[in-house]
Amino acid sequence: MIELKDISKTYVLGGDTVHAVDHLTLTIEEHEFVAIIGASGSGKSTLMNIIGCLDTADEGQYLLHGQDISSYTQRQMATLRNREIGFVFQQFNLLQKLTALENVELPLIYQGMGLAQRRKRSIEALKRVGLEARMHHRPNQLSGGQQQRVAIARAIVTRPALILADEPTGNLDSRSSKEILELLHELYEAGNTVLLITHDVYTASEAKRRVRLVDGRIVLDSKFDDEAAFLAEEERLERLHREAMKI
Amino acid sequence: MKLTQAVKMAFSAILSNKMRSFLTMLGIIIGVLSVTLLVSIVQGATDSVTTQLEGLGGNKLMVTITTPDTTYITLEDLENLQNKNGLGLIAPTIGGSDIAKADGKTSSASISGVTESSRTVDGITVTSGRFIQQSDNENRLNVAVVGATIARDLFGHTDVVGSGFTMLGRSFEIVGVLKEDGTASMSSQDSSIYIPISTASRLMNQTSIRSFNASTTSVAAIDQGKQALENFLGSKIKASSGAAEDTQDKGYSIFNMGDILSAFDSVMSTMSLLLGGIASISLIVGGIGIMNIMLVSVTERTREIGIRKAIGAQHADILIQFLIEAVTISITGGLIGMLLGAGLLQVLSGIMDMELHLSVSVSALALGFSLGIGILFGIYPANKAAKLKPIDALRYE
Repeated sequence: MIELKDISKTYVLGGDTVHAVDHLTLTIEEHEFVAIIGASGSGKSTLMNIIGCLDTADEGQYLLHGQDISSYTQRQMATLRNREIGFVFQQFNLLQKLTALENVELPLIYQGMGLAQRRKRSIEALKRVGLEARMHHRPNQLSGGQQQRVAIARAIVTRPALILADEPTGNLDSRSSKEILELLHELYEAGNTVLLITHDVYTASEAKRRVRLVDGRIVLDSKFDDEAAFLAEEERLERLHREAMKI
Repeated sequence: MKLTQAVKMAFSAILSNKMRSFLTMLGIIIGVLSVTLLVSIVQGATDSVTTQLEGLGGNKLMVTITTPDTTYITLEDLENLQNKNGLGLIAPTIGGSDIAKADGKTSSASISGVTESSRTVDGITVTSGRFIQQSDNENRLNVAVVGATIARDLFGHTDVVGSGFTMLGRSFEIVGVLKEDGTASMSSQDSSIYIPISTASRLMNQTSIRSFNASTTSVAAIDQGKQALENFLGSKIKASSGAAEDTQDKGYSIFNMGDILSAFDSVMSTMSLLLGGIASISLIVGGIGIMNIMLVSVTERTREIGIRKAIGAQHADILIQFLIEAVTISITGGLIGMLLGAGLLQVLSGIMDMELHLSVSVSALALGFSLGIGILFGIYPANKAAKLKPIDALRYE
């Protein structure tokens, strides 16, 4: 479903060239639950933006459903984001002036769907995340966990094959985090491809496949490395990280 | 995205910031108000003067002899011109002025020696008694028809038919009183005295007629009648005074209301254009206010734009959303300005004693202008919003 071939993305920050993603190759099949793990600055957000068609790579090829999107226009990218991808962000990114229901309806409005159908589908999506009782509340009347569930409803309302969740539990307490991860798991069980991006090993353990990113490169992939080797490497990296923090 | 959705979004954005939207609108409100007021007042003034001028007769030619030489135009000459070549009645006038006196009271009067025809040609109305008759002229009677001001000055009331007064060294008998027109202008009927032209000719020692008004059979016959008069005056003035062929001054002038009306109309439409133009500067200032606020709004809502783009809004969707917002502000401002203008015109109508109303063309102009302003000054901020990259916009705090 997702094929990244030799992808690179470079930023120039204050005269320094930063290789956010450095010749990265990754294939994700249909119906996988993948966690991309990395510390901040490892390039995981850049990777997520490229996969989510919010940004384009400088080099390499990106195939989504076998389509090379490197040559896509802004217009085609917007259509892809609208129909093929559901986004869940760390900051929830709901529109504060709209109710939960109106927020969920928004992607369907941009599809040009009529009121009756779009309302029906949005209520369905809100039921799936267990928030139909609060659909007329505005984001500031909802808890963080509830807001993130509204965001998930908005992500699934267009029935996309791919769900991209960027640090979805980053702003939540442990109980809400657990609920959100369970919800993502349910979506995976229901047939979606779920891509979870996180810095947290515990959060990542929810996924079936884990990919560790360091300095824009994949250093570990649980699909190809055995579990023991993966855990050993994880521990080594954790130790390195702790030592770095002490200094 | 459907247009109705875009309009809905624009309205909710405008309503969520009422004070700011209203202040932005104020620029357009004041602009449209001043354009509609100024243009409508000029139009009202034009209409009222035009009506007055038309009331004086569109089928009237006014002849004044301007040569200083004596011209010997006689009553018989004019009688011969009547009812031929498109001309109707001709009313000659011998004019002068004097102080009228009665019982030690005085009133300054403008005196016109006239024939019976003046009543028809100049549209004179008599409220009591009668106007100058043919027999008055034939017998050179000292009779007079006086204006209301004269009557009041001399006798304290207007019921004066049969009374006598002195003027030009003779005593006159009042046979009629003119209808009061109530205006205070120099040419007001109220300070006029009409006497038989034969009497005037002798008392003012003026044997030649130097001014007369001619009616034509219809408004369309104006040009034909004018030609007939020019032929007559050309022969008469050249023959009697020997004026050189090459002089520019023909020695007479012929006015008609049509000429005066069209000259007046062109002055007033220039005036209207000028005032409207000055007022539209305030509309442009209002438009810049809209652009300013829209730019602030785009910056404030960068994150919202990022979210919308991330979930699939197209360039055009964002562009239209912000453009409609700008246009809605300007059109609403335009409508409010127009309604205020219509209301104020009602009030001013009463105060200025003038028929003032908002014409369809002025309303259409004002609304069209505010629509144009909204698009013109909305397109830049809207395009700026639509061009934002989703990742940059999402990262914006």
